[in-house]
Amino acid sequence: MTLTLAPARAAAEARELSKVYGSGETRVVALDRVSVTFRPGEFTAIMGPSGSGKSTLMHCMAGLDYASSGSARLGDTELVGLSDRQLTRLRRDRLGFVFQAFNLLPMLTALENITLPMDIAGRRIDQAWLERVVATVGLSDRLSHRPAQLSGGQQQRVACARALAGRPAIVFADEPTGNLDSRAGAEILGFLQNSVRELGQTVVMVTHDPVAASYADRVIFLADGRIVDELSLPTPGTVLDRMRRFDGATRSR
Amino acid sequence: MYRTALRNVLAHKARLLMTTLAVLLGTAFVAGTLVFTDTLGSALKSQNAKSFTGVTVSVSDDGAVSNGYSRGARRSDAGHLTEQTRQAIAALPGTAEARGVVSGFAGIADRKGALIGDGFSTTGTNYVPGADGQDARYPLAGGHGPTSAGELALDTETARKGGYQVGDTVRVAVNGPVMQLKLTGLLHVDDPRVTAGGSLAAFDTATAQRLYLTPSQFNEIDVHAKPGTDASALLGQVRRLLPGNGDFTAQTGQELAAEQDRQISAATKGLSASLLVFAGISLFVGVFIIANTFSMLVAQRTKELALLRAIGASRRQVGRSVLIEALLVGLLASAAGLLAGTGIAAGLRWVLNGPGQANLPDGPLIVSASTVLTALAVGVLVTLLAAWLPARRAGRIAPVAAMSNGDQPATPKSLLVRNTIGAVIGAAGAALLVLGASNRSTNTVGLGAGALLIGVFVLTPLLSRPLIALLAPALQRIYGSPAKLARENALRNPRRTAATASALTIGVTLITALTVVGASVNRAVDQADGTDLKADYTVAMQNFAQLSDQVGPQIAATSGVSASSVVRQVPVEVGDDTRWITGVDPNSIGELAALRTTAGSPEALTHGQLLVDQGYVKANGTAVGDVLTVVYPDGSAGRLTIGGIVADNTVVDGLLAPDQLIAPHSAGQGPDKVLVKGAHGADPALKQALQNATGGNPLIAVKDQADLKKEHRQMLSAALNIMYGLLGMSVVIAVLGVVNTMAMSVFERRREIGMLRAVGLDRRGVRRMVRLESLLIALLGGVLGVGLGILTAWAGNGTIAGSFKHLGTVVPPLPVLGFIAAAALVGLLAAVWPARRAARLDVLDAIRTG
Repeated sequence: MTLTLAPARAAAEARELSKVYGSGETRVVALDRVSVTFRPGEFTAIMGPSGSGKSTLMHCMAGLDYASSGSARLGDTELVGLSDRQLTRLRRDRLGFVFQAFNLLPMLTALENITLPMDIAGRRIDQAWLERVVATVGLSDRLSHRPAQLSGGQQQRVACARALAGRPAIVFADEPTGNLDSRAGAEILGFLQNSVRELGQTVVMVTHDPVAASYADRVIFLADGRIVDELSLPTPGTVLDRMRRFDGATRSR
Repeated sequence: MYRTALRNVLAHKARLLMTTLAVLLGTAFVAGTLVFTDTLGSALKSQNAKSFTGVTVSVSDDGAVSNGYSRGARRSDAGHLTEQTRQAIAALPGTAEARGVVSGFAGIADRKGALIGDGFSTTGTNYVPGADGQDARYPLAGGHGPTSAGELALDTETARKGGYQVGDTVRVAVNGPVMQLKLTGLLHVDDPRVTAGGSLAAFDTATAQRLYLTPSQFNEIDVHAKPGTDASALLGQVRRLLPGNGDFTAQTGQELAAEQDRQISAATKGLSASLLVFAGISLFVGVFIIANTFSMLVAQRTKELALLRAIGASRRQVGRSVLIEALLVGLLASAAGLLAGTGIAAGLRWVLNGPGQANLPDGPLIVSASTVLTALAVGVLVTLLAAWLPARRAGRIAPVAAMSNGDQPATPKSLLVRNTIGAVIGAAGAALLVLGASNRSTNTVGLGAGALLIGVFVLTPLLSRPLIALLAPALQRIYGSPAKLARENALRNPRRTAATASALTIGVTLITALTVVGASVNRAVDQADGTDLKADYTVAMQNFAQLSDQVGPQIAATSGVSASSVVRQVPVEVGDDTRWITGVDPNSIGELAALRTTAGSPEALTHGQLLVDQGYVKANGTAVGDVLTVVYPDGSAGRLTIGGIVADNTVVDGLLAPDQLIAPHSAGQGPDKVLVKGAHGADPALKQALQNATGGNPLIAVKDQADLKKEHRQMLSAALNIMYGLLGMSVVIAVLGVVNTMAMSVFERRREIGMLRAVGLDRRGVRRMVRLESLLIALLGGVLGVGLGILTAWAGNGTIAGSFKHLGTVVPPLPVLGFIAAAALVGLLAAVWPARRAARLDVLDAIRTG
């Protein structure tokens, strides 16, 4: 059961979502009838040990992977059953992504990388919004630089700006601080937090770092493809504490 | 290290596929050429040996003129080979048989009156029955040999083409009017000149002598010795029986066969050398692709190689591991190329003999040890050479690179050194070109063009940026962001883009250069014909032999002819030199050819004097008023005064004289052509009248100016088509190079592609991005190639300008635009497979890799 606080409409929602790889003896259940709601204007962290299904959950919710059964909704749109083409459009028009490895195009400038999804969509750029995003990530004086001329943290900030520039319904971030030192990581996390608090964005982040998770409004814990726990208003301490507890719980099972 | 190299080859099978194919095609071209020419040579030689089996000693009269063909200088007092000579030789104790041979040409008309065969190798000879009543050279396939003046025998193939059977009446002509003869026999002929599109007609000896020589005269006497006779002793005896003042060649059959073998060898060597030039071009193109592949492999494997260095491998060892990889690829590819080449050679013979109707002689396929060694050595060496620089670069990878995250490709090395070198070479080339053009030095022009070409190849990475910037905006307007990404991708590694494009540039440069030179020469010839030739019709033999002396008067008497002149070229001796003198009708030549007198009198010919062209004046330093003493072909001498000088022209050149001075001393050499001006210009009725006037001889062609132009064009375009075909291989290899580069790029950029897919680029967009990048690279190659081709053609035209009047560089717009369009098409086609692979990449896999 999830606690529904404010608006009834969810930004994204999974119902009995399952993902199974292989069959017979090699059958692996990555997601086992997971139900979860991501509320608009909320920063959610998904945590869990490797193999817990946290990335799979994110990929299925983000239209990057196909679920085996159940339902995954983005706003009013049911993702299960959409074609590759429809999913592509959906990602392009309604989602933003931040990956662990910065995934910028080396031959484009920072600004070109930021506006790339809108370029692809052939969409007009909301200049005021773009300026706000760029200012928030503090890249205003680096826009004409190419990725190779930027530090890792700066590159990831470009990636964040790219994710937000199109005003997506949700930003999915997959271990966004995994390749960064702690200072640069803190910057990125602060920025994601700001984008929720100040720009009203919705962010879902997969991480295994309790400190990173503590920036979120809510933490969901996954293990063996199931949601095993949930924590609101986390601190690094409480997250670590829950992890230990639940680590022990799985071990004793 | 060996094991690492082997493992690498196995691990990168797919990525080495295109490289292997490139080497394979190059070596296949080399091996195919060698096998084909060896096989052809061997078959020709064995056939040659067969045709000399019955000949112990052979004597030929090089001075004999057979209606227009003579092999040597002719003297009226020269001795002939006669029936008397033959009988004397036949009476020698060692002689079993002495056969007198008459040879000339004879055109056979089909039932519609058109010539059978190509006009060349229209052989005519005498039928010499042996003891069994058959001519040993030409076994009977049906009927019997000709025995009287009204009869002839034909080779089976010609009879089949003409639809003639034994008993039919056949229309035959030598250089006079057509004869109607009865076909009495069909002959098996395996002379390659006849089987490859020629024809053979055999007459009885007396008829042949009447047609070709003088009664009881022979061109050749072949002696078959009795068993146990020494050939050289017999040769000595035969020599003593020959008239003392003849121009004879007497040889044993063995010598003759050996001489023919040498000629065959020289011919096949020449053929093989010219084909190998094109094989070399293909291999050169291959070098770009091999070098590109290994560069890419080394770049992709930077981390791996750095790890090897980190754990203790020396620079040399790392470099060597790349070279060993190249060696393995080279060996494998050239072995396959050798097989493919042998297959191509066998296939080529089959195609030429089948649809091509070349009727090449049969024989075993010759794959000599030297062919095997050459193909393998060439393939391996080319691969090693091309992999040399990438291998060196691999050795220079710092061990610390193993620790870097390898996420972003290392900043590419500056192009400064390369651009400087390219600019220096290119500038030197341009300077030489300008210098050569200004002082008309063909060598300087050639050197300059070559240097400029190399300079541009070196500078292609630099040139790629502005050229692609020029080409891309149009695409971007149509295709939007995929086009923009394609453009950025094409520019991100200028070396790679340049190497890929350059492979295509080579082929396009050569093809464009050929086309432009061809168009320029065509126009020059057209213009020259148009301005110099005023005659409406030119009457000449189709086989470039001489017309009979009757043709001139026959044409002059034809109604509708307002002016006509024979053009009779005979060699004369002026001092110690042999010069050509042309006999024309002094009164009408002015109406038939534009002769512009620059000195002396235009009326010189009518006064029995000579006209000479400026070329002759320049070469020999003669002037108006000089008197030349010439010795005519018949041995008599004459004194001719130079009455005027005319500008060089394409109708008549050298020394020009009234034909009435030349004809009596030409020793039987007829006119080469007759020029005709019609009273009402060129009209079909006149053409028909001219054909009728010459007795309907299928060998005599009446051509108007358009026909002549068409003929010139056809000759040129046939040559060009062959070269286009041979250059096609280099284009195919270049296409493989584009496929290779695109596939490698897709592989390297799979993470980026995954990200693009994640942020919303659909499959079609990905395909488009890859295709457009390929298109841009191919267009870069094509545009550079066309530019360089035009430049090369311009320089080339400069070097041959001496041979053509009015030669200016003509760039035919349609073919040239066509080449650019073809390059674009090539780019799109080459990207089909890489683009599909890119579009099919799994987004999640692509993001996770790296």
